[in-house]
Amino acid sequence: MTGWIRVATESSYITPETVAEATRALSGRSFTVLAGGTDFFPALRPGTAPSDLLDVRKVGEMKGISQTGDGWRIGGSTTWTEILQCNLPPCFQALKEAAREVGSLQIQNSGTVAGNICNASPAADGVPPLLAMDAVVETASIEGRRLVPLGEFITGVRKIDLPRNSLVIAVHVPGGDERAGSAFEKLGSRKYLVISIAMVAALVKLDREGLIALARVAVGACSPVARRLVALERSLLGKSVPDLHKADFVMPEQLEELTPIGDIRSSAEYRLDAAREICQRAIIRACARSKAC
Amino acid sequence: MTVANNITAFRLNGQAAAVSPAIGERLSESLRERLGARDVKVGCDAGDCGACSVLVDGELVCACLTATQQVSGCSIETLAGLVGTDQHAIALAETFQAHGAAQCGICTPGMMVSAVSLLRNCQGSPDSFAIQESLGGVLCRCTGYRKIIDAVKAAAESSNSASLLLGEGGAGEPVCRIDGPGKVSGEEKFGDDVGPADSLSMRIIRSPFPRARFEIGDLDEFLADNDGIEFALTAADVTGNNRYGVMPGFADQPVFAVGETRFRGEAVAAVAGCWDAMRGFDDDLFPVEWNAIDHVQTMDEALRPEAPRLHGDRRGNIMCGGFVVCGNVDKALHEADAVAEGSFQTSFVEHAYIEPEAGFAYLEDGRVVVHACTQAPYMDRETVAEIIGLDPEKVRIVPTGCGGGFGSKLDLSVQPFLALATLKSGKPVRLAYSRQDSMQSTTKRHPGKLHVKVGATRDGRLAGLEFKGDYNTGAYASWGPTVVNRVPVHASGPYSVRHYRAEARGIHTHCPPSGAFRGFGVPQAAIAQESLLDELAEQLGIDALEFRIRNALANGVPTVCGQVFSQGVGIRACLEALRPYWRKSRQEDSGYNRSAEENGTVRWGTGVAAGWYGCGNTSLANPSSIKAGLWPGGTVALHQGAVDIGQGSNTVIAQIFAEALGVNLRSIKQVGADTDITPDAGKTSASRQTFVSGNAAFAAGSELRRKILKLCNASADAKLELGSPVVRISDGASDHHVDLERLECDREGYVLAATGTYDPPTKPLDEFGQGEPYAQFGYAAQLATVAVDTALGTVKVKKVVAAHDVGKAINPVLVEGQIHGGVAQGIGMALMEEFVPGRTENLHDYLIPTIGDVPPIKCLIIEEPDIHGPFGAKGLGEHALIPTAPAILNAIYNACGVRLRRVPATPDRVLAAIRETENG
Repeated sequence: MTGWIRVATESSYITPETVAEATRALSGRSFTVLAGGTDFFPALRPGTAPSDLLDVRKVGEMKGISQTGDGWRIGGSTTWTEILQCNLPPCFQALKEAAREVGSLQIQNSGTVAGNICNASPAADGVPPLLAMDAVVETASIEGRRLVPLGEFITGVRKIDLPRNSLVIAVHVPGGDERAGSAFEKLGSRKYLVISIAMVAALVKLDREGLIALARVAVGACSPVARRLVALERSLLGKSVPDLHKADFVMPEQLEELTPIGDIRSSAEYRLDAAREICQRAIIRACARSKAC
Repeated sequence: MTVANNITAFRLNGQAAAVSPAIGERLSESLRERLGARDVKVGCDAGDCGACSVLVDGELVCACLTATQQVSGCSIETLAGLVGTDQHAIALAETFQAHGAAQCGICTPGMMVSAVSLLRNCQGSPDSFAIQESLGGVLCRCTGYRKIIDAVKAAAESSNSASLLLGEGGAGEPVCRIDGPGKVSGEEKFGDDVGPADSLSMRIIRSPFPRARFEIGDLDEFLADNDGIEFALTAADVTGNNRYGVMPGFADQPVFAVGETRFRGEAVAAVAGCWDAMRGFDDDLFPVEWNAIDHVQTMDEALRPEAPRLHGDRRGNIMCGGFVVCGNVDKALHEADAVAEGSFQTSFVEHAYIEPEAGFAYLEDGRVVVHACTQAPYMDRETVAEIIGLDPEKVRIVPTGCGGGFGSKLDLSVQPFLALATLKSGKPVRLAYSRQDSMQSTTKRHPGKLHVKVGATRDGRLAGLEFKGDYNTGAYASWGPTVVNRVPVHASGPYSVRHYRAEARGIHTHCPPSGAFRGFGVPQAAIAQESLLDELAEQLGIDALEFRIRNALANGVPTVCGQVFSQGVGIRACLEALRPYWRKSRQEDSGYNRSAEENGTVRWGTGVAAGWYGCGNTSLANPSSIKAGLWPGGTVALHQGAVDIGQGSNTVIAQIFAEALGVNLRSIKQVGADTDITPDAGKTSASRQTFVSGNAAFAAGSELRRKILKLCNASADAKLELGSPVVRISDGASDHHVDLERLECDREGYVLAATGTYDPPTKPLDEFGQGEPYAQFGYAAQLATVAVDTALGTVKVKKVVAAHDVGKAINPVLVEGQIHGGVAQGIGMALMEEFVPGRTENLHDYLIPTIGDVPPIKCLIIEEPDIHGPFGAKGLGEHALIPTAPAILNAIYNACGVRLRRVPATPDRVLAAIRETENG
């Protein structure tokens, strides 16, 4: 451990292999956590780089996707490419579609799920699909583990409920809805490498009669934190797919959770208008993918 | 747990490599600066451009988003390694050249590495979509991407074994670029690739406010407090004139601001030190106190009487104006049967070449040598000399590879800072702009506020056109005077307009200077004029294309400047070439829209627009010189100073020269560009190099040929065969052999040498703008088909048909390359590009088209020869962009019935227009 002491007195770059090692290091001093680097480096101004970096990509427990007793566990350092390549049930379709829309192949190969969540951009592509799956964030510190619903974990623009010295190690998706269909719609001004103007993830379960039994719809880039549309979700229950094709079924008043801003990408008014339309499209596509259960 | 010691080891292109990076150093930095892998390009440091793409254990990543420590123990592959060993890369190197998929070449490493990754991982041949998905992370600003898609397909199919050099390589042959091999191997050196790693690095301290007073603190204390920082530069260090410009009478820009800054991003100081120290230097440590004061960033604000004046002698913040008038437009519009009128607004457009400005300078024998990416080496030399207070002969400018220019690299950027720094320190100095430096401080396309009124008679003849345009020229003049001069000459479009009045003004604001950008203000004017032509045609019930054909300018018909061309006017041919495509597209559109009426929200539409552009300077001397010499070994050296910024002048000039000399292109060796060894071939601007420098090359080639033939008094049509050391001259029945080694060499080692010079014949414009501004125009007409999602306002361009009169296509592959690239920039201007100072100073907030945004482009090359052009050739660079945006706007109207009068037509603006129409 002489190397540890020498480096630790100046600046250090550490690559723990277990959560215990990582949390122990974090309990000692203030490390900046580095995963894929796709948000870390763009924000870096010359001369302002943190002197201590903790690289989580070798932490075994943070890698890969697995089925657990009560659902699915996505390790925090799982990349978008790994999500795309993993064989997953239909409810993950929206997350896969989002993964394909994250930046570019280069970004998908490096960027991680935990990084996307912790960066807490209002336009994080991964967040609406995870919200639609009722995802829960698992954090760890030297004191122990904690589970926080994703909707509570991200508290504002670039703000998360993560105590100092803690680390996001995984995201859990509860079981039970695997056969639900899901879909993701991203709206931007160009095809690749684009930050969303608005995006929607919808997850829908149809019953044996083909009526909507469960609906979760989350919208990103239209509020400081991506939001579920609870009133809309309620209104969808009991509707059939042909009902949805008859006329517009998302009403402006069902978007009241959204508080979009106007910026260089679009006006606030447009965001609401477009969100309504892409909600409809995502819901219809999710219905088409839902297996009757 | 691993705690990194200070060594990170990995394999780079198969070789063991080890570096001692700083904590969290970017892999791109380590590769370029510590390992010399300069084939890895840096365009943004944010994952937005993909130029730095490399493979880490076979996986494609951006080296700028990867910490060097993260690749410990990994295998890294970059283009330079791949082209030597990887079968896919070897195939791609060939197909990229054969298809013209590398223009400036700065994105080529990223593109090729991404393509290798695709070809390794896909079964069979990838389709266009798969290629787009795989290359979507790399931006290209030159090619329009379609040739890249073709090249990747061809490499997958290994179908391209065609020789890279067909025939003799003379005028008219689609030969590969002669500078292609360096671009596809990563060997070409761009602005930041020349300076050694141990040179001093420099950073510019810039104003964070649009307008601020400032005071620089104690620099001695600053230098004492910051290890590794060797010196700072401020206005006090400018040894010559701290005021420069590109137009006589408009030198108004300081190298370093004095007392007050006029735009956000303006330089006030520079700091230099060793690379490591500068890497760790935070600009905020520089001692300067800012005091932001009131500013004007829009033209409306700047024109108010109480507005702060940017330049003392420019009243009302009006820089200058341009004016052309003929006939009586008021009467003509009054008497017209139909009139269309509208106000239009365009945005700042950023050039967004993938190579930020960069260079390297040092002292040599008491002279200052500057290597930098540039479009104008001789202008750089003159202006740098003036700034540092030396004679121009004491300055040498060596253009590096130029990773895109499009007009902005006509202006100085890094050059004066480099020259001053090397003079002050006596040491070699490097400076590479960050993407933010580049976007904040270099020139933009002028935003225009245009009001146009155009009338026609019942029989479909244009009666008159009135144009008023204000152009936001930003804080300094730059090429603004050229823009406001050019616009009134071109605002009629390529039509016969007998009654005309056009005025353009440049207005100063506290924004970055607007300067030259592909088209010099004409694309903005074309948006207004071509949109209104469609409205007029509709009012008259005449087909939009036929209306244009009816009014097309023709030989013997005066332009709005009263210039009459007796030959070479090719606009009618361009428009007529579109006819079959226009009919077919319109049918397909209406067929689709009928079926979509049931339940779809998408509507198709096709629009047409035309354009013209005068090649070379407007009524000003504009000479080019090209020199050539014959070595005793039988090789011809071509001193070619017409800087190739990707458009292909290296190849085109050599082709023209080879044809004039009557030898194979392969026997020519190009030297330069370099102000010490190449004569002045003018600027790479205004679509002038093929025309003007091409004529100079023709003259040089002809003269050298004459001299060679004279050695044995052979006749003019004798055949030359350059051998070593014997030249064989076949003249009908007789065969001469001239031993070059028996001839005397001149100082440069040539046995024979010749210089050709050409200056296009023009005449000044009088007070009414009447005269002969250009010796030739090039002409263009394009169709764009779009799909508009009427529920979202999104517009997707589905295809473009582009008819261009180039007089003579000296190199058809390069001609198509220019057309594709221009169309792509036109798409950007129409649909997504809007630079907002302080808000879009990166490539994720400022959007340019990606590989998924440019549709298939059908090129129709029209050759209506021009007697002034070499072999009849005309310029093309700017023409390619001009019709695209208005064609797209007209297509949007034809798809969904809304007229956009502001670009870019972003989804929110399109949807707002649709809603407005719906609500009556």
